Amino acid sequence: MPRELFTSPAHWTWLIVVYFFVGGIAGGSFFIAAMLDLVGNRADRSLSRLGYLVALPGIAIGGPLLILDLGRKERFWHMLVQSETFRPMFKWWSPISFGTWIVSAFGAFAFVAFLAALVRSGDRPQRGPLVPFHKIVYGLGPLSKLFLILGALTGLALAGYTGMLLSVTNRPVWANMNLFGINLLGLLFLASAVSAAAATLYLLGRRRGAGVEHESLHALTRFDDWVLGLELLVLIAAIVSLASFFGSVSAAWLAGWGALLIIGVLVLGILVPLVLYARPRMLGGNSGVLAAILVLVGSFLLRTVVVMSSETIESLERVAHGG
Amino acid sequence: MAEPMGFFTDTTVCIGCKACEIACKQWNQLPATNGGQNTISGVSYDNTRQLDGIHWRHVRFIEQFDTRDPNRTDGRWLLMSDVCKHCVQAGCLEVCPTGAIVRTEFDTVVIQSDVCNGCRACISACPFGVIGINPVSHTAQKCTLCYDRLKVGMEPACSKACPTDSIQFGTISQLRDRAQKRVGDLHQQGQTEAYLYGADDKIVGGLNSFFLLMDKPEVYGLPKDPQLPSRNLAPSGIGSGIGAVLVGLLGLLNFRKRRMDRFAAQGHRES
Repeated sequence: MPRELFTSPAHWTWLIVVYFFVGGIAGGSFFIAAMLDLVGNRADRSLSRLGYLVALPGIAIGGPLLILDLGRKERFWHMLVQSETFRPMFKWWSPISFGTWIVSAFGAFAFVAFLAALVRSGDRPQRGPLVPFHKIVYGLGPLSKLFLILGALTGLALAGYTGMLLSVTNRPVWANMNLFGINLLGLLFLASAVSAAAATLYLLGRRRGAGVEHESLHALTRFDDWVLGLELLVLIAAIVSLASFFGSVSAAWLAGWGALLIIGVLVLGILVPLVLYARPRMLGGNSGVLAAILVLVGSFLLRTVVVMSSETIESLERVAHGG
Repeated sequence: MAEPMGFFTDTTVCIGCKACEIACKQWNQLPATNGGQNTISGVSYDNTRQLDGIHWRHVRFIEQFDTRDPNRTDGRWLLMSDVCKHCVQAGCLEVCPTGAIVRTEFDTVVIQSDVCNGCRACISACPFGVIGINPVSHTAQKCTLCYDRLKVGMEPACSKACPTDSIQFGTISQLRDRAQKRVGDLHQQGQTEAYLYGADDKIVGGLNSFFLLMDKPEVYGLPKDPQLPSRNLAPSGIGSGIGAVLVGLLGLLNFRKRRMDRFAAQGHRES
């Protein structure tokens, strides 16, 4: 009997699933926007602007979900400041602890970039409260570059640490997604988050009013293609890593959550979008939209399956043992 | 630091009276299950069922009977008073992001209820499924090895109440000696299946509450090979790092390539 089945569930459920989804999109959006600003064209700026406009609302929704999930919400600050000594609370070896700092740091990057993005692209405001923010993101030469690089890295950390958080436990599925000495959950969540962010920006950038160049959108879908390809490989590896673990529980798991993972995430969330992106004329010009929506659905389902299947494993165990 | 203290639970003399559960609940003022309404497990005479935020001691009933034998001549009861293991390397303490979980001067592991904010990281980290949320405090709780009683030189409530000395309290070195002797005695009496679980440093650095068992650990609901959650820290960090590098490279190549293409196109037009 796998040792993880002797442990208790933390009851991390829908609030956490939604946070993983929204937080991942926020982090991924900042990353894509910063990449566009760092190595893309100046014409991409209307797209990168969208990325910053998504990042802050994303973390502004996601962060409070984490607080809502606490048993004692008024004590959320105990993760940042030690409640007895008022010294900073930080443990590099505790994913929730360093995650709290990633969320906070990302909030700061996203806040600055959001205000900078409120300035219409091309405009150079001479006055006004937003000028200093615009300057930090675009007007300080190498320092602005550093801001974007650090923000992009924090965005990727936000997208990936959630997988680490689940893997550094003793719970089934989360702690067992190991192959060749690597736990795949952080990698899987990171790829899925960046791909979902690309899909979000595609949907927003496609609207006529957004003023995003066709070429920028094309680059975005091509990027999503690559990231979806990476996610596909990691997901297959993850399924292989789990298959060897479950034993008697696997039949019940595969029948329910496993089926959702393969049909909902692997086929509908990755393979179909890959085909649709590759053949944009397939559905009369709307295949990109459908692909992006499916990517988002797949990304949400991935988090749902990973979180909820572990939380409900006790009932599966009973099914498997006929009890 | 005082000497490490703990429990030695000798399951062979447990009679399943649950006095330890009651004493624990009384001393620690733990609420009743389901508001005091009876809930019957339906699969066992044991209705407590598990350790959690309001059950810091749990006498597990293991009813080894062949249901096809109407006379039940061949069966036996195994009884074990389960409790937090106060691991020398504690998974809950590792992951706690608020610093609520501390190691005390008695080498025990205690959750400070006024610091905990109920994030529940410790619940999924504990390899034994010991911790749960207390519905009154809304914080994670478990056995404190009666830290408040130890501070004033008293023995924990459960071991004090145990009528058969199945639960013994003392210094770890003293308890280990006593447990070894007990295993030796049982072996001499022909009970060769007796062995100690967690009395050395092989299981997560040693368990400060360890057990004398008569069957496989799994039979008692104990993992054979419990692990620390931090075993996945590096493997998961490396995985995420690889992900960040790959996605970063894909972004760099993809978004940069376009600029190169355009430069090339421009150069082509100019020439």
